[in-house]
Amino acid sequence: MSFWEYVGNRHAQLLTDTFQHASAVFQCMVLATVLGVLLGVATYRSEWAGNLATATTATILTVPSLALIGLLVPIVGLGVAPTVIALTLYGLLPVVRNAVVGLRGVDPALIDAAKGIGMSRTARLVRVELPLAWPPILTGIRVSTQMLMGIAAIAAYASGPGLGNEIFRGISSLGSANALNQVLSGTLGIVVLALLFDAAYIVLGRLTISRGIRA
Amino acid sequence: MPDTTASGAGIALENLSKLYPGNPTPAVDNVSMDIKPGETVILVGPSGCGKSTTLKMINRLIEPTSGRIMIGDEDVTGIDPVRLRRKVGYAIQSSGLFPHMTVAQNIALVPKMIGWPKARVSSRVEEMLDLVGLDPREFHGRYPRQLSGGQQQRVGVARALAADPPVLLMDEPFGAVDPITRDHLQDELIRLQHELRKTIVFVTHDFDEAIKLGDRIAVLRERSHIAQFDTPEAILTNPADDFVSGFVGAGAALKRLNLTRVRDVGVVDFPTASMDDPLQSIFDLLRSGATNEILLLDRHRRPYKWLRRGDLMRAKGSLARAGTLVHDTVTRDATLRDALEAVLTDNAGRVAVTGRRGEYIGVVDMETLMNNVHELLEEDRLDAVEHRHALEEQRARQTRLAQEGVDPAGGAHGVKA
Repeated sequence: MSFWEYVGNRHAQLLTDTFQHASAVFQCMVLATVLGVLLGVATYRSEWAGNLATATTATILTVPSLALIGLLVPIVGLGVAPTVIALTLYGLLPVVRNAVVGLRGVDPALIDAAKGIGMSRTARLVRVELPLAWPPILTGIRVSTQMLMGIAAIAAYASGPGLGNEIFRGISSLGSANALNQVLSGTLGIVVLALLFDAAYIVLGRLTISRGIRA
Repeated sequence: MPDTTASGAGIALENLSKLYPGNPTPAVDNVSMDIKPGETVILVGPSGCGKSTTLKMINRLIEPTSGRIMIGDEDVTGIDPVRLRRKVGYAIQSSGLFPHMTVAQNIALVPKMIGWPKARVSSRVEEMLDLVGLDPREFHGRYPRQLSGGQQQRVGVARALAADPPVLLMDEPFGAVDPITRDHLQDELIRLQHELRKTIVFVTHDFDEAIKLGDRIAVLRERSHIAQFDTPEAILTNPADDFVSGFVGAGAALKRLNLTRVRDVGVVDFPTASMDDPLQSIFDLLRSGATNEILLLDRHRRPYKWLRRGDLMRAKGSLARAGTLVHDTVTRDATLRDALEAVLTDNAGRVAVTGRRGEYIGVVDMETLMNNVHELLEEDRLDAVEHRHALEEQRARQTRLAQEGVDPAGGAHGVKA
C-alpha cells in the first residue's frame, strides 16, 4: 500500500488523531500561557524571584519527556492527566522567561510616567506593562507551541490522545507493511499542524499588538 | 506678575529630606521652599545635586524621609499618592508617551481615570492638542513613533495638563530635543503659561533655559541645598556666592540682555520719508542739515532703505537706485540680545524697530543700547542689595527670636532687652 492509499483508507482515524493532537496542544498552551504570565508578573520585579522562576522552568525542560510522563503515570494514572500536566510544564519555560524579560524590558521612564500621571499599580500593569511586554510574550508562546507539538507525540506512551498513537503503532510493528506509513503520517501531521499554528500566531499578533509598537 | 488670575495652587516644601538606606549622607537635605500660585520656579543645578529627587518628592514618586509638602492648603504628605498625582501634572524628558497608545489615547488617560464622561474627554483631547499647537485632525490618531521629538514633547505636555491640574511638574522636559526645537518649545511654554498661569516647577541643568522660563530660579548645590532662590535678574547681577556665579557662567551681563525686550527700552525717533514723497521734499529734508541720513519707508510704512546725503546725487536723482536696502529689522518683542546682534552686524550700527505688521516704530542704535543696559544693570544691582538687606534683617530677627526662646508664630514679639 502506498502512503497516499494508506492516508485515504485511514483518513477518519487520522483526522480524529490530528484534531485531538491540536486540541491537546492548544488547551495546554492556554494553561501554560496563563500560568506563565502569572508567574512572570509575580516574579519580574525581584531579581531573585524572576531568576528562580526562569531557572525552575528551565530545569523542568531538561527532564526527558518520556521520563517525565513515565514518572507521572504512577501518580495520576494513564490517559489525559499525565499528558496535560507534562505539556503544560514543558510549555512554561519560554512563556515565563519571555514574560519576565519583556516586563523587565519596559522603559523605566514609561513606568515613571505612568506612576507620575497617577496610575494605580494594577492600571500600570494592565494598561502599560503587559501591552508593551506582549510581543515578546507572544514569541514565547509561539516557541512553546512548536515544542509542545513534538512533545505531545510522546503522550501516546501514556495512552494519551493525538498523532503520537500513529507513530507508536508504527514503531511497535516495524517491518510490517504499514509501519513506515504510520510513522510517516503521524510525523507529517504534526509538521502540518505546527505550520498552521504558526500562521495563526502571526494573525493573532497582527490583531493584538498595537500598531504603535509593531516591528 | 499678578497672582489674581492664577489657576495654580501654591506649593510649600517644609524641611524635606530624603535619606536612602545604606547611605549616611542624605540625597536631599532639609529643603524648604515657598512657591506662589501661578509662579514658574526653576530648579537648576549640576547633575546629581538632587534637583530631580526634590521634584519627584512633590508628587511623591520618591517618598520623603522627613518633612512636609503642602499644595494649596492641603497637606499631601500623607494622602494616597495616586490621588495626589492626579492633581499634579507631570512631564518628563523623552516625553514618556506610551508607544502603544495613540496621541489621543495618551492625552485622554488622566481625564478618563478621574471619571470624566466620554464626550467631555474627547472634546478635551481636541482642546489640548489645539493648545499645544498640533492640528487635532492630523495628530489625533497617530502613534508616538510617528511624531518628531518636539511634537512628542508637546503631546507630553498636553497629557500632563489634560485634567487641568493646578500644579505642573516638569523634569528636564526639553533635555532631549535639538536646540532649535528646544527654543520653540520654550517659547510655546511661555505662551501657554501666560494663558494658563499654572504653578510650574521645572528642573533643568541649563542655566540659560532657567533664565528664559523662570519667574524665580532656585540654584541648588549638592544635596539640594539652596544656594540662591531669587529672580533671574537678581541672580545674574548679584549672585550670592562663588558657586552661583560659577553656575551662572561667563557673560552674565550678556545673558541679562535676554531678559529685556526692545519694548521696555526707549527707541529713538529717526527722520523718515515715504517713497511716495516728492523727490524735492526728500532733498530738502536731507539738505536741511539736521541729519545726514533718513530712513525711507515703503507704502505700508515698512522700513525700506537707508538714504544718506549724497546718495541721491550719486544715483542721479533716482530713488530706485539710491541708498542701501534695509536687510534686518527687529520687532518690539525681540530681546535686547537680538537687538544687539542686529546692531553689531549693521555697518552703521543701528537697526529699525518694527511693529506687528512690520511698520516702522523707531530705531535702536549702539548708544541707546549701551545707556539702557547700564541703567538696567544699575537698577538690578540696587534691587539686589535692597533684597539682600531685607533678607538679612529677616534672618537677624529670626535668630533674635530663637535666642529668646519665643515661638515666632506665637505672635509674642516682645524684645525685652
